[in-house]
Amino acid sequence: MNDLALKELLYAMADNLLVLGHRNSEWTGMGPLLEEDIAFSSMAQDKVGQSLALYNLLHELGEQEPDTVAFTRNANQFHNCILVELPNREYDFSLIRHFLFDTADAMRWEMLSQSAYEPLALLAKKIKGELRYHTLHANTWIRQLGSATEESVGRLQQSLDTLLPYGLGMFEESPFEKEIIGSGIFPGEGALKEKWKLKITEIVQSTQLVLPEWNSITPVYGGRTGKHSEFLQPMLDEMSEVFRIDPGAEW
Amino acid sequence: MIMAITRDDIMRWLEDVKDPEIPALSLVDLGVITAVAIDGSQVSVEMTPTFVGCPAMEIMKNEVETVLKKNGIAYPEVSVNFKQPWSSDRISEKGKLALKKFGLAPPPPVGKIQVDLDILEHATCPRCNGTNTEMKSPFGPTLCRSLHYCNDCKEAFEQFKPLS
Repeated sequence: MNDLALKELLYAMADNLLVLGHRNSEWTGMGPLLEEDIAFSSMAQDKVGQSLALYNLLHELGEQEPDTVAFTRNANQFHNCILVELPNREYDFSLIRHFLFDTADAMRWEMLSQSAYEPLALLAKKIKGELRYHTLHANTWIRQLGSATEESVGRLQQSLDTLLPYGLGMFEESPFEKEIIGSGIFPGEGALKEKWKLKITEIVQSTQLVLPEWNSITPVYGGRTGKHSEFLQPMLDEMSEVFRIDPGAEW
Repeated sequence: MIMAITRDDIMRWLEDVKDPEIPALSLVDLGVITAVAIDGSQVSVEMTPTFVGCPAMEIMKNEVETVLKKNGIAYPEVSVNFKQPWSSDRISEKGKLALKKFGLAPPPPVGKIQVDLDILEHATCPRCNGTNTEMKSPFGPTLCRSLHYCNDCKEAFEQFKPLS
């Protein structure tokens, strides 16, 4: 098994979860209603915890301590997709992002539960059950607000149109894609993308929202190789501010 | 005479360690103790989290170490892994009763099936045992609880989430 290929995949996944977890946590105390404030805060906690489990796997493979990895790298050393780093706008924006990301993430963990890399397969068997709550939450709200009022449908449609190019950007291939697939670590971004498109289409078609032709959307790539939007570095600066004051502190 | 330590001894000691977020429930009844191994005076315990992001895991691990040391195990080995992933079916019958007494609806059995809205929408109220209930949110005050409302006794309640 190719260590570099495995590590690259683990970093991409862990960074996605850490960055989106942080964006979700920005809703704490700000949610449009108490239940949604709690939901986004809980999903933030799940995602940051899942990223820690992945950084722990990387640590076992010789990478640095999870805190060091999470709090001392700069934006160009992060491998997350650009979708997860975009700043929160209004709630509809975060809801669509949550729907696009978690639909894919639930399927990714499901596929990884068969991974040839056993520590990852064990973790995936655990996490795929947790993701059920994230997709149930997303699908319930998309179905309700996607068919409710003119304003709710309009808002979701606008965010969907804005975010779909970034959504497709989640499936940016690894520089080691062939090795990852060939060694049985993961069936690949292409396979995941096709499953994802079917599920997204199914849910969207049960609402008044309209999905553009898939081949009319240009994916936004770059994140996986460290080429990010201008929004990631300020977020990392804020996220690591306390850690950087005293990196050796015992918590 | 020195008595050999048995697995039963260790499980009895671990009964004293409670879930910090649900003090009515021991770690044994919660089902997070997945393996106990004894080799002479060396004792090792394996644990697994309820939810991967559970912030109480480190505290529970430290408390397990403390209890083992208090009972004379000088260098206990306590590790956290996912070899036997936690599911809500790992909660013992005694644990489910303790949850109910604490005011939390115990999770229904899930087996291998995926948790869906049907399961979540029909939680049994821990106060009046009513089943005319509805889920308000799949996320609650801790990662392992969801929010519900009972239309029979008109009270809000929480359920310990089923997880397969």
